Amino acid sequence: MQNDHRPINVNPSDLMAFAWPLAALTSITHRISGVILFVGVAFGLYALEMSLASEEGFEALKGMMKSPIGMFITWGLLSALAYHFVAGIKHLVMDFGVGETLEGSKFAARLTILFSAILIFLAGIWVIQG
Amino acid sequence: MITQVTSFSRNGMSDWIVQRVTALILAAYTVALVGIVLIQGDMSHGDWQALFSQTWMQIFTLLAVLATCAHAWIGMWTIGTDYIREHYFGASADGIRLVYQVGCVLLLTVYVIWSVKILWGNG
Repeated sequence: MQNDHRPINVNPSDLMAFAWPLAALTSITHRISGVILFVGVAFGLYALEMSLASEEGFEALKGMMKSPIGMFITWGLLSALAYHFVAGIKHLVMDFGVGETLEGSKFAARLTILFSAILIFLAGIWVIQG
Repeated sequence: MITQVTSFSRNGMSDWIVQRVTALILAAYTVALVGIVLIQGDMSHGDWQALFSQTWMQIFTLLAVLATCAHAWIGMWTIGTDYIREHYFGASADGIRLVYQVGCVLLLTVYVIWSVKILWGNG
């Protein structure tokens, strides 16, 4: 028998009609940062190959990472990594049954944002100081 | 018996464990590499090459790439089955998802071959 009141799919255009709890925002950001890293590995391997190939390659990569676009890509990938790392640790902690209450998940989401923001800020300083 | 294609290994419990074990490997590699770069400070090309010519670093790096493959596949598979569905994509959803999944597997395979070449290719 069909239950007409069951929850159905949400269309993307309706997403803004919802109030997004912090835990939902941190969850979707975990996904997005994961997809960025999936593609970002290509940048990482490209950089590793260039840096190991020769002295010239190593210096050329350093130069590329100091250009505005290079700095943005480096910082962006480090930020995605930092966020995915922190949100992943949160997952592992929650696997042990910690922070599963409503209040607990709110607190965990705040901690995720706080710690990843600190790491993203530090990554920015590292990229600028090169 | 009907085998449901519901996950990477067709076993959600196995996926769950693989996702966590690979996460720990990737977390360890990240901490190690970031730690080395920060502690060493201004690395020369020689320092960098010496680091990656050590067997433990080569194995650790390949292990991290392989962990990335399993981890990213489970993640990308989950995202694909969550969003690439008939409700959003119409009748062609299955075809689009297949192309998406094949694309994911191909890219991850390229990552593995590429990293082997980088680590051991040029001696």
